Amino acid sequence: MGETYIAKSTAIAARMIGGEMMIMSALDSTFFMLNEVGTLIWQSADGQTPLSEIVTKRVCPEFDVTLEQAQRDAGQFVDQLSQHGILLVSDQPIGSAAAAVAPTP
Amino acid sequence: MMMVRSRSPSASMVSIQIGGVSVGIVSDSTAFLEMLERRYAGFVVPAGSSDFELEVVLHEPLETAGADEHVRVTRLREDWVLQRGDFYATWNPSTARGKVFQSNNPYAIDSVLRIVHTLILAPRGGFLVHAASSIRNGCAFLFAGISGSGKTTISRLAPADAKLLTDEISYVRRDADQYWACGTPFAGELARVGENLSAPVKILFLLQQGPENRIAPVASADAARLLLRHILFFAADPDLVKLVFQSACEFAEKVPVRRLCFVPDQRVWEMIG
Repeated sequence: MGETYIAKSTAIAARMIGGEMMIMSALDSTFFMLNEVGTLIWQSADGQTPLSEIVTKRVCPEFDVTLEQAQRDAGQFVDQLSQHGILLVSDQPIGSAAAAVAPTP
Repeated sequence: MMMVRSRSPSASMVSIQIGGVSVGIVSDSTAFLEMLERRYAGFVVPAGSSDFELEVVLHEPLETAGADEHVRVTRLREDWVLQRGDFYATWNPSTARGKVFQSNNPYAIDSVLRIVHTLILAPRGGFLVHAASSIRNGCAFLFAGISGSGKTTISRLAPADAKLLTDEISYVRRDADQYWACGTPFAGELARVGENLSAPVKILFLLQQGPENRIAPVASADAARLLLRHILFFAADPDLVKLVFQSACEFAEKVPVRRLCFVPDQRVWEMIG
């Protein structure tokens, strides 16, 4: 199975406030508040690091969760945010030019 | 005496200042301008000192025109286009000018003014919010909530030493690191124009009527999220969405936000001020 790469869309507004990451889609004003795991994945979404590596090297060492569970949760999280154009998803590394354009949800 | 400035043989101006920002309304209809002076009494300033200008072109009422339709605000190159059943307007932030096509009624221009002020405030870190507000002991208190949450009730219960800024739409301006609430002529059920005063915002209360008077803290992330629900926000424009989002977050970080559960009698004001 191929790798999944994720990058933050530029069509969003995001801010850490009171220890919680808040994200709003600038396209449809959908609003998300991320938990600690979601925040870590979000902050790691540089378009270059595979999602599997984010899970194994950052999420699992940081949180008390099995690899299987973490992979499943991360996949659902990425699906949800990508449906709103907040995360860009690709099977290849995503450059900054690609990240400048949000996909149609 | 009309506080108007003559522009051309047929057009004159009434300047309405809200939150320190004056918008000159230009029209060749004396009756329309006189209506504005009455409606916005207390907020009319000498014409000629306007920061922005709106030219109003009046037309006959259209049978299909309705003020109950949704407002649509879109961007067309440099202009904002503001549309509702009873008006069509354009607004150019760069030139600080706009044009309004409407029939001779107060509701269309009132809506246009609200929208234009949201567009003026957004890049300055301010906003209009569905909230009553009052000044007490030199500080402003905001009471945000949906219709029926108690904005008019809390305004009606205010003691004599509280100055009403509005019972419906609060005007929040940012000056450096401080937020100020300013009086507005945008009245709600009280049908009373607010006083043209301003004061630093001390607390924003999220209103909820209940069995007892109680104030509870709200975490800043929740405060920002809940505040965003109440901010007047007309345009589906990505850049504007980002500005409003940042403004709500910054406000929630700097200004205490509390949940105010209250019984509708005057004792609630013993906890405020």
